[in-house]
Amino acid sequence: MEKHDYYHEHSHSYAIYILVWLALMALTAITVAVAGMDIGRFTVATALIIASFKAYLVLSIFMHLRSETRTFVVFVIVSLLFLGISFVLLFSDYSFH
Amino acid sequence: MSSTEPIAGTHVHRDDVGSRMGMWLFLFTELILFGGMFLLYSVYRFQYADEFHLAAKELNTIMGALNTAVLLTSSMTIALSIVAIQRGQKDLSVILQIITIVLALFFLVNKYFEWTAKFHHGIYPGGEELLAKSSGEILFFGLYYVMTGLHGVHVVIGMFLIAVMTRQTRTGTINKDSYVRLENAGLYWHLVDIIWIFLFPLFYLIT
Repeated sequence: MEKHDYYHEHSHSYAIYILVWLALMALTAITVAVAGMDIGRFTVATALIIASFKAYLVLSIFMHLRSETRTFVVFVIVSLLFLGISFVLLFSDYSFH
Repeated sequence: MSSTEPIAGTHVHRDDVGSRMGMWLFLFTELILFGGMFLLYSVYRFQYADEFHLAAKELNTIMGALNTAVLLTSSMTIALSIVAIQRGQKDLSVILQIITIVLALFFLVNKYFEWTAKFHHGIYPGGEELLAKSSGEILFFGLYYVMTGLHGVHVVIGMFLIAVMTRQTRTGTINKDSYVRLENAGLYWHLVDIIWIFLFPLFYLIT
Protein backbone atom coordinates (compact mmCIF):
# COMPACT_ATOMS: atom_id res chain seq x y z
CA MET A 1 0.00 0.00 0.00
CA GLU A 2 1.33 3.41 -0.98
CA LYS A 3 1.12 5.42 2.18
CA HIS A 4 1.47 8.82 0.54
CA ASP A 5 -1.90 8.42 -1.15
CA TYR A 6 -3.57 8.86 2.21
CA TYR A 7 -5.00 12.31 1.63
CA HIS A 8 -6.97 11.52 -1.49
CA GLU A 9 -9.61 9.16 -0.32
CA HIS A 10 -12.24 10.70 -2.54
CA SER A 11 -12.87 9.08 -5.89
CA HIS A 12 -11.00 10.65 -8.75
CA SER A 13 -14.08 11.51 -10.73
CA TYR A 14 -14.33 13.90 -13.68
CA ALA A 15 -18.10 14.27 -13.36
CA ILE A 16 -18.16 16.44 -10.24
CA TYR A 17 -15.93 19.09 -11.84
CA ILE A 18 -18.04 19.22 -14.98
CA LEU A 19 -21.20 19.56 -12.87
CA VAL A 20 -19.68 22.41 -10.84
CA TRP A 21 -18.59 24.10 -14.06
CA LEU A 22 -22.17 23.90 -15.37
CA ALA A 23 -23.43 25.39 -12.10
CA LEU A 24 -20.87 28.22 -12.31
CA MET A 25 -21.87 29.01 -15.91
CA ALA A 26 -25.56 28.99 -14.97
CA LEU A 27 -24.89 31.33 -12.03
CA THR A 28 -22.99 33.68 -14.35
CA ALA A 29 -25.97 33.76 -16.71
CA ILE A 30 -28.29 34.44 -13.76
CA THR A 31 -26.15 37.28 -12.42
CA VAL A 32 -26.04 38.95 -15.87
CA ALA A 33 -29.82 38.54 -16.26
CA VAL A 34 -30.54 39.92 -12.79
CA ALA A 35 -28.28 42.94 -13.43
CA GLY A 36 -30.46 43.79 -16.43
CA MET A 37 -33.54 44.02 -14.23
CA ASP A 38 -34.38 47.06 -12.19
CA ILE A 39 -34.53 45.92 -8.59
CA GLY A 40 -32.97 49.06 -7.15
CA ARG A 41 -31.03 48.64 -3.94
CA PHE A 42 -30.99 44.85 -4.14
CA THR A 43 -28.88 44.79 -7.31
CA VAL A 44 -25.53 44.92 -5.48
CA ALA A 45 -26.64 42.48 -2.79
CA THR A 46 -27.88 39.94 -5.34
CA ALA A 47 -24.68 40.20 -7.39
CA LEU A 48 -22.51 39.72 -4.28
CA ILE A 49 -24.55 36.79 -2.99
CA ILE A 50 -24.28 35.00 -6.35
CA ALA A 51 -20.54 35.79 -6.55
CA SER A 52 -20.03 34.47 -3.01
CA PHE A 53 -21.83 31.25 -3.86
CA LYS A 54 -19.66 30.84 -6.97
CA ALA A 55 -16.54 31.43 -4.86
CA TYR A 56 -17.79 28.83 -2.37
CA LEU A 57 -18.16 26.25 -5.16
CA VAL A 58 -14.64 26.98 -6.45
CA LEU A 59 -13.14 26.81 -2.94
CA SER A 60 -14.87 23.62 -1.84
CA ILE A 61 -14.77 21.57 -5.05
CA PHE A 62 -12.11 22.94 -7.42
CA MET A 63 -9.69 23.78 -4.60
CA HIS A 64 -10.50 20.52 -2.77
CA LEU A 65 -11.27 22.16 0.57
CA ARG A 66 -14.05 19.62 0.96
CA SER A 67 -11.53 16.77 1.14
CA GLU A 68 -8.73 18.58 2.99
CA THR A 69 -8.29 18.36 6.76
CA ARG A 70 -10.17 20.75 9.03
CA THR A 71 -7.03 22.85 9.53
CA PHE A 72 -7.30 24.15 5.95
CA VAL A 73 -10.94 25.08 6.40
CA VAL A 74 -10.20 26.88 9.68
CA PHE A 75 -7.35 28.81 8.01
CA VAL A 76 -9.63 29.97 5.20
CA ILE A 77 -12.43 30.96 7.56
CA VAL A 78 -10.03 32.94 9.78
CA SER A 79 -8.52 34.79 6.83
CA LEU A 80 -11.97 35.67 5.47
CA LEU A 81 -13.01 36.75 8.96
CA PHE A 82 -10.12 39.20 9.13
CA LEU A 83 -10.99 40.59 5.72
CA GLY A 84 -14.55 40.98 7.01
CA ILE A 85 -13.28 42.82 10.12
CA SER A 86 -11.36 45.22 7.85
CA PHE A 87 -14.57 46.03 5.98
CA VAL A 88 -16.60 46.52 9.18
CA LEU A 89 -13.95 48.76 10.77
CA LEU A 90 -13.49 50.79 7.61
CA PHE A 91 -17.19 51.42 7.16
CA SER A 92 -17.83 52.16 10.83
CA ASP A 93 -15.01 54.72 10.67
CA TYR A 94 -16.22 56.13 7.35
CA SER A 95 -19.84 56.54 8.41
CA PHE A 96 -18.90 58.65 11.45
CA HIS A 97 -16.86 61.17 9.50
CA MET B 1 3.18 11.15 8.30
CA SER B 2 4.58 9.50 5.26
CA SER B 3 7.45 11.81 4.44
CA THR B 4 10.25 9.37 5.23
CA GLU B 5 9.31 6.28 3.36
CA PRO B 6 12.12 4.07 2.15
CA ILE B 7 11.72 3.39 -1.55
CA ALA B 8 14.40 1.36 -3.36
CA GLY B 9 16.91 1.97 -0.59
CA THR B 10 16.53 5.75 -0.50
CA HIS B 11 14.64 8.04 1.82
CA VAL B 12 12.05 10.18 0.08
CA HIS B 13 11.31 13.31 2.04
CA ARG B 14 7.89 14.52 1.15
CA ASP B 15 5.04 16.30 2.82
CA ASP B 16 2.32 17.03 0.31
CA VAL B 17 -0.09 18.35 2.92
CA GLY B 18 2.55 20.80 4.16
CA SER B 19 3.27 21.82 0.60
CA ARG B 20 -0.36 22.60 -0.09
CA MET B 21 -0.69 24.42 3.21
CA GLY B 22 2.25 26.61 2.22
CA MET B 23 0.46 27.44 -1.01
CA TRP B 24 -2.71 28.32 0.89
CA LEU B 25 -0.73 30.64 3.18
CA PHE B 26 0.58 32.41 0.10
CA LEU B 27 -2.96 32.67 -1.26
CA PHE B 28 -4.01 34.44 1.96
CA THR B 29 -1.44 37.15 1.24
CA GLU B 30 -3.03 37.48 -2.20
CA LEU B 31 -6.39 37.83 -0.51
CA ILE B 32 -5.02 40.76 1.52
CA LEU B 33 -3.50 42.33 -1.61
CA PHE B 34 -6.77 42.25 -3.54
CA GLY B 35 -8.85 42.71 -0.37
CA GLY B 36 -7.25 46.14 0.15
CA MET B 37 -8.32 47.16 -3.34
CA PHE B 38 -11.84 45.86 -2.82
CA LEU B 39 -11.96 47.96 0.37
CA LEU B 40 -10.95 51.03 -1.62
CA TYR B 41 -13.53 50.20 -4.27
CA SER B 42 -16.34 49.76 -1.76
CA VAL B 43 -15.75 53.11 -0.07
CA TYR B 44 -15.60 55.04 -3.36
CA ARG B 45 -18.58 53.10 -4.71
CA PHE B 46 -20.46 54.19 -1.59
CA GLN B 47 -19.33 57.78 -1.95
CA TYR B 48 -19.85 58.13 -5.71
CA ALA B 49 -22.68 55.65 -6.36
CA ASP B 50 -24.20 57.57 -9.29
CA GLU B 51 -20.89 58.31 -11.01
CA PHE B 52 -19.89 54.64 -10.73
CA HIS B 53 -23.14 53.59 -12.39
CA LEU B 54 -22.60 56.08 -15.18
CA ALA B 55 -18.97 55.09 -15.71
CA ALA B 56 -19.77 51.36 -15.75
CA LYS B 57 -21.97 51.95 -18.81
CA GLU B 58 -18.76 52.41 -20.80
CA LEU B 59 -17.72 48.81 -20.11
CA ASN B 60 -18.75 46.04 -22.46
CA THR B 61 -20.86 43.55 -20.47
CA ILE B 62 -20.72 40.93 -23.23
CA MET B 63 -16.91 41.01 -23.29
CA GLY B 64 -16.89 40.76 -19.49
CA ALA B 65 -19.32 37.84 -19.46
CA LEU B 66 -17.34 36.08 -22.18
CA ASN B 67 -14.14 36.45 -20.19
CA THR B 68 -15.92 35.13 -17.08
CA ALA B 69 -16.99 32.03 -19.01
CA VAL B 70 -13.46 31.57 -20.38
CA LEU B 71 -11.88 31.78 -16.94
CA LEU B 72 -14.45 29.46 -15.33
CA THR B 73 -13.85 26.92 -18.08
CA SER B 74 -10.07 27.14 -17.63
CA SER B 75 -10.59 26.58 -13.90
CA MET B 76 -12.42 23.35 -14.74
CA THR B 77 -9.78 22.14 -17.19
CA ILE B 78 -6.93 22.58 -14.69
CA ALA B 79 -9.00 20.73 -12.05
CA LEU B 80 -9.63 17.92 -14.56
CA SER B 81 -5.92 17.74 -15.41
CA ILE B 82 -5.26 16.80 -11.76
CA VAL B 83 -7.86 14.02 -11.93
CA ALA B 84 -6.20 12.79 -15.13
CA ILE B 85 -2.75 12.61 -13.53
CA GLN B 86 -4.23 10.88 -10.48
CA ARG B 87 -5.62 8.25 -12.81
CA GLY B 88 -2.31 7.95 -14.60
CA GLN B 89 -3.64 9.45 -17.84
CA LYS B 90 -0.56 11.53 -18.55
CA ASP B 91 -1.39 12.59 -22.12
CA LEU B 92 -4.89 13.69 -21.18
CA SER B 93 -3.48 15.70 -18.26
CA VAL B 94 -1.02 17.45 -20.59
CA ILE B 95 -3.80 18.24 -23.09
CA LEU B 96 -6.04 19.67 -20.35
CA GLN B 97 -3.19 21.84 -19.08
CA ILE B 98 -2.52 23.14 -22.59
CA ILE B 99 -6.24 23.94 -22.99
CA THR B 100 -6.02 25.91 -19.73
CA ILE B 101 -3.08 27.93 -21.08
CA VAL B 102 -4.89 28.59 -24.38
CA LEU B 103 -7.98 29.81 -22.49
CA ALA B 104 -5.79 32.08 -20.34
CA LEU B 105 -4.29 33.50 -23.52
CA PHE B 106 -7.77 34.02 -24.95
CA PHE B 107 -8.72 35.92 -21.77
CA LEU B 108 -5.70 38.21 -22.19
CA VAL B 109 -6.34 38.84 -25.89
CA ASN B 110 -9.93 39.73 -25.03
CA LYS B 111 -8.68 42.08 -22.30
CA TYR B 112 -6.25 43.64 -24.77
CA PHE B 113 -9.05 44.48 -27.19
CA GLU B 114 -11.18 45.81 -24.35
CA TRP B 115 -8.43 48.11 -23.09
CA THR B 116 -7.37 49.36 -26.53
CA ALA B 117 -11.01 50.19 -27.35
CA LYS B 118 -11.08 52.31 -24.17
CA PHE B 119 -7.75 53.95 -25.08
CA HIS B 120 -9.15 54.93 -28.50
CA HIS B 121 -11.95 56.73 -26.74
CA GLY B 122 -9.41 58.59 -24.65
CA ILE B 123 -10.32 56.72 -21.49
CA TYR B 124 -7.02 55.89 -19.89
CA PRO B 125 -5.22 57.22 -16.80
CA GLY B 126 -4.35 60.84 -17.61
CA GLY B 127 -6.34 60.77 -20.86
CA GLU B 128 -8.11 63.99 -21.88
CA GLU B 129 -11.53 62.37 -22.28
CA LEU B 130 -11.27 60.80 -18.86
CA LEU B 131 -10.05 63.94 -17.09
CA ALA B 132 -13.04 65.83 -18.46
CA LYS B 133 -15.35 63.49 -16.57
CA SER B 134 -16.49 63.83 -12.95
CA SER B 135 -14.14 62.77 -10.17
CA GLY B 136 -16.26 59.70 -9.34
CA GLU B 137 -15.93 58.43 -12.91
CA ILE B 138 -12.17 59.08 -12.89
CA LEU B 139 -11.93 57.03 -9.69
CA PHE B 140 -13.99 54.23 -11.24
CA PHE B 141 -11.66 53.95 -14.21
CA GLY B 142 -8.59 54.28 -11.99
CA LEU B 143 -9.80 51.31 -9.95
CA TYR B 144 -10.83 49.47 -13.09
CA TYR B 145 -7.37 49.72 -14.63
CA VAL B 146 -5.47 48.93 -11.43
CA MET B 147 -7.63 45.99 -10.37
CA THR B 148 -8.13 44.32 -13.74
CA GLY B 149 -4.50 45.13 -14.55
CA LEU B 150 -3.18 43.43 -11.42
CA HIS B 151 -5.54 40.55 -12.10
CA GLY B 152 -4.17 40.39 -15.65
CA VAL B 153 -0.62 40.18 -14.28
CA HIS B 154 -1.79 37.21 -12.19
CA VAL B 155 -3.22 35.57 -15.31
CA VAL B 156 0.16 35.97 -17.05
CA ILE B 157 2.02 34.49 -14.06
CA GLY B 158 -0.51 31.64 -13.86
CA MET B 159 0.01 30.88 -17.55
CA PHE B 160 3.76 30.56 -17.13
CA LEU B 161 3.32 28.49 -13.97
CA ILE B 162 1.02 26.05 -15.75
CA ALA B 163 3.38 25.94 -18.74
CA VAL B 164 6.17 24.81 -16.38
CA MET B 165 3.82 22.17 -14.94
CA THR B 166 2.97 20.95 -18.45
CA ARG B 167 6.65 20.51 -19.18
CA GLN B 168 7.21 18.64 -15.91
CA THR B 169 4.21 16.41 -16.58
CA ARG B 170 5.63 15.54 -19.99
CA THR B 171 9.06 14.71 -18.58
CA GLY B 172 7.53 12.69 -15.75
CA THR B 173 8.66 14.92 -12.86
CA ILE B 174 4.96 15.27 -12.16
CA ASN B 175 3.41 11.81 -12.26
CA LYS B 176 0.66 9.60 -10.84
CA ASP B 177 2.36 9.35 -7.44
CA SER B 178 3.73 12.87 -7.14
CA TYR B 179 1.65 15.76 -8.42
CA VAL B 180 1.49 18.27 -5.57
CA ARG B 181 3.13 20.95 -7.76
CA LEU B 182 0.34 20.66 -10.26
CA GLU B 183 -2.16 20.89 -7.41
CA ASN B 184 -0.49 24.07 -6.13
CA ALA B 185 -0.44 25.65 -9.58
CA GLY B 186 -4.12 24.72 -9.78
CA LEU B 187 -4.81 26.42 -6.43
CA TYR B 188 -3.18 29.60 -7.73
CA TRP B 189 -5.24 29.44 -10.91
CA HIS B 190 -8.49 28.97 -8.98
CA LEU B 191 -7.67 32.02 -6.83
CA VAL B 192 -7.25 34.08 -10.01
CA ASP B 193 -10.66 32.78 -11.03
CA ILE B 194 -12.28 33.70 -7.69
CA ILE B 195 -10.95 37.26 -7.90
CA TRP B 196 -12.47 37.62 -11.36
CA ILE B 197 -15.77 36.21 -10.05
CA PHE B 198 -15.96 39.33 -7.85
CA LEU B 199 -14.41 41.82 -10.29
CA PHE B 200 -16.93 41.00 -13.01
CA PRO B 201 -20.17 41.99 -11.23
CA LEU B 202 -18.53 44.93 -9.43
CA PHE B 203 -17.27 46.59 -12.61
CA TYR B 204 -19.43 45.34 -15.45
CA LEU B 205 -22.83 44.76 -13.90
CA ILE B 206 -23.58 47.94 -11.96
CA THR B 207 -25.35 49.84 -14.73
